[in-house]
Amino acid sequence: MNLDVQIKNTAPLKNNLTLKTNPDNKGFEINMKKMKHRIALDKVSKFIFSLSTLVSLVVLGILIYRISVQSIGWLDMDFLTSNLSIFPEKAGIKGAILGTLYLMSIVIPVVCILGVSTAIYLEEYANKGKIQSFIKVNISNLASVPSVIFGLLGLAVFGRIFSLGSSILAGGLTMSLLVLPVVVVASQEALRAVPGYLREASYAMGASKWTTTWKVVLPVAVPGILTGVILSVSRAIGETAPLVVLGVPTLIMKLPTSIMDDFTAMPIQIYYWTLDTVLTKEYANLAAATIVVLLLVLFIMNFTAILIRNKFQRKF
Amino acid sequence: MTENVKLSSEVVYDVKDLNLWYGKDQALRNINMQILKNRVTAIIGPSGCGKSTFIKTLNRMIENIPVVRTTGEINYHGTDIFDKSVRLEELRTRVGMVFQKPNPFPKSIYENVLYGPKIHGIKDKKILSEILETSLKAAALWDEVKDRLDDNAYGLSGGQQQRLCIARCLAVQPDVILMDEPTSALDPIATSKIEDLIETLKNQYSIVIVTHSMQQAARISDKTAFFLMGEMIEYDDTNIIFTSPRDKRTEDYVTGRFG
Amino acid sequence: MGSMPNVREMIQLNISKNKNTSDKIMPKFLFVTASISILTTVGIILTLVIDAAKFFSSVPLAEVFSTNLSPLGANPSFGILPLINGTIFTTLIAMLVAIPFGLSSAIYLSQFASESKRKILKPMMEVLAGIPTIVYGFFAYSFVTPLLMKIIPSLEAKNVISPGIVMGIMIIPLVASLSEDAMNAVPESMKEGALGLGSTRLEVAFKVVIPAAISGIMASFVLGISRAIGETMIVAIASGSSKAFTFDITRSMQTMTAYIVEFTSGDAGSGTVGYYSLYAVGLLLFLFTLIMNLLAQYISKKYREEY
Repeated sequence: MNLDVQIKNTAPLKNNLTLKTNPDNKGFEINMKKMKHRIALDKVSKFIFSLSTLVSLVVLGILIYRISVQSIGWLDMDFLTSNLSIFPEKAGIKGAILGTLYLMSIVIPVVCILGVSTAIYLEEYANKGKIQSFIKVNISNLASVPSVIFGLLGLAVFGRIFSLGSSILAGGLTMSLLVLPVVVVASQEALRAVPGYLREASYAMGASKWTTTWKVVLPVAVPGILTGVILSVSRAIGETAPLVVLGVPTLIMKLPTSIMDDFTAMPIQIYYWTLDTVLTKEYANLAAATIVVLLLVLFIMNFTAILIRNKFQRKF
Repeated sequence: MTENVKLSSEVVYDVKDLNLWYGKDQALRNINMQILKNRVTAIIGPSGCGKSTFIKTLNRMIENIPVVRTTGEINYHGTDIFDKSVRLEELRTRVGMVFQKPNPFPKSIYENVLYGPKIHGIKDKKILSEILETSLKAAALWDEVKDRLDDNAYGLSGGQQQRLCIARCLAVQPDVILMDEPTSALDPIATSKIEDLIETLKNQYSIVIVTHSMQQAARISDKTAFFLMGEMIEYDDTNIIFTSPRDKRTEDYVTGRFG
Repeated sequence: MGSMPNVREMIQLNISKNKNTSDKIMPKFLFVTASISILTTVGIILTLVIDAAKFFSSVPLAEVFSTNLSPLGANPSFGILPLINGTIFTTLIAMLVAIPFGLSSAIYLSQFASESKRKILKPMMEVLAGIPTIVYGFFAYSFVTPLLMKIIPSLEAKNVISPGIVMGIMIIPLVASLSEDAMNAVPESMKEGALGLGSTRLEVAFKVVIPAAISGIMASFVLGISRAIGETMIVAIASGSSKAFTFDITRSMQTMTAYIVEFTSGDAGSGTVGYYSLYAVGLLLFLFTLIMNLLAQYISKKYREEY
């Protein structure tokens, strides 16, 4: 550590004796000048740093503004309730919204069962030893794998081996694996936050470990787990790459009726419309309108998650 | 432990040569003691003497700490509770525990009291409500909460919560009640209510109470055991311990010379 | 007390009848679900390796490391250097944006900003991190690129600068929050020691805090790089699909991630070399990000000053 702060002598003492370190008294003046410099530098750098912090927020503002402007006139009830069309004015995202909903109908149960169970296992049952840390390392590595790779995994396993093609089921399962770490980590934290004395009280009455977990620990951990599930779902709603790799079609007119059907989803629509904006300028407006819908949905979900956490989380 | 074992008349717990280690540190040394039925047995001693550890061995709750190791026997009505055939769930329905800090579940009063009976398979609503009323009355809490049984237990005061924990414990009709400093987190009024409660409970249950207050031990217990550094120094009728103890260390402690 | 004596018997009966099935099954079930996460990792590695192997067995190494990439041409060639090149350039530009702005924001938030300002600014940065990347992709293509084209006339519609910048902006919150955490972890006592000697906050930041937090800060940079390497939609939309090997950032380049996404949306027939090339590129991508993540963990541990 290079603590390069100079300690010069201070003002002369009352009887006009200066400290011996600086007999000719020149140090005091230089000191003041340098100090003014340093303070000025401090002020300027604070200004610069605060500006650069604002840069990201300004960009955020521009992004939201521009996209909202581009969607004006295009985002209305017709847009939400119409199906796709080769005529941009008539096109709507009913299919995409349905597709997204169907997708989540797979993601939510899978992620709840697998993710919460994994967290329960890690927190309540595993010996805090090698197995537990191995699984933990695994989960944190999975969390940083790029989403395209999950797409490749889904394509090979769900698409080809299980012959699910590019159906909702294949997409849903792929997405579930992608966002699983989010749920596991959030649930683990929620379980850990349950105080030990509640478990003790239950054991002292002859309850078994599973009874204690199911009847005492889980009910208390529910708000935290729910927050994790909502966050994972909001992540899944916005993901595009895995679905594209799976082979979700560019244009699909048929609305899905079962989880084995092909589908489209909001982020996919945004992608394909954006790619073709050169050919059809209005696609940019359609994409912008879809983005607004997507962002609104995400905003509502995240807001709900925060509400749940603040309102129901008990502080022990 | 099955229906075959008869309840012996006088001795509830017969502890023989009990030793306990936390890893390498020995916390209990050669404890030998007999706990009698329908008595209040107090365990006193300075901080760290092992009294909490000891009481937690009686229902084997101490084993929740992984590095614990024990030798010796603890015979409960003739059966060693360390025997492989003993089911912990069953032991703990016979031997209930009340903790230092009241720990009701974040559920309604109703759900708290009936937690034990419900998890052990009692479903009949009529029986359950009888158990509810009886247990809350036995814990001297019924009058205060009978109109708000659906309220969350956390809305009760500290003393009320502790009596709720006692009611919860009584709902499974135990044989022995272990109390680990049950009033140390409570104010004097709440404390005295619980001490009165203990007086009435001993007619039906055998109570073992760890307390750091000698005055409390003198007030409510029939027999007192003095622990020091993991050993049981003296165990006798309460009035003997407090008026003419045999061991000098006991005398020093009860006269306040240390601890 | 009518019902009380029955309770003991009822419980005893229940315990002797109760075979404890749920207690025996549940731990096993839970273990199985926990293993799914391991299965997933194994699955990823297996599918990548197996299909990549099929690629490498059909394509000579000389071709793989060439700069000629034309998978759908008459004479298909699978040189992957253009993709690596594209990834490197986009990542470079992204980090040129993310590191200065991210670090400055971190310095401001942890060393200069008041508590009230922090409470507003931090969550707003988190919002930036929560925006789906497809939205950034649209933003890059429909706003940033036209804007840049006015500044740089020779800029093509699909280029590397625009997605690079936008990716950088997307990564700013990551660098900022991790660096800020690292700087906040420096004990107050160290900072107070310096302030008490008359240092300015700037000096404290640069001479005490940053050196102490350097491992966490560098780890945040490495994680930012990893994120940039793995980013798909922004580059897929805005940097195009040109497979030319070039250093000209005003032109289109294709990254590894964009290649995977472009090829499959063109209906890759299973069993073709093109299909297997996806997995070879995927394997490479996986290895790059894995190395970056391990590096970040290593830096974080090795250079951390023990407080």
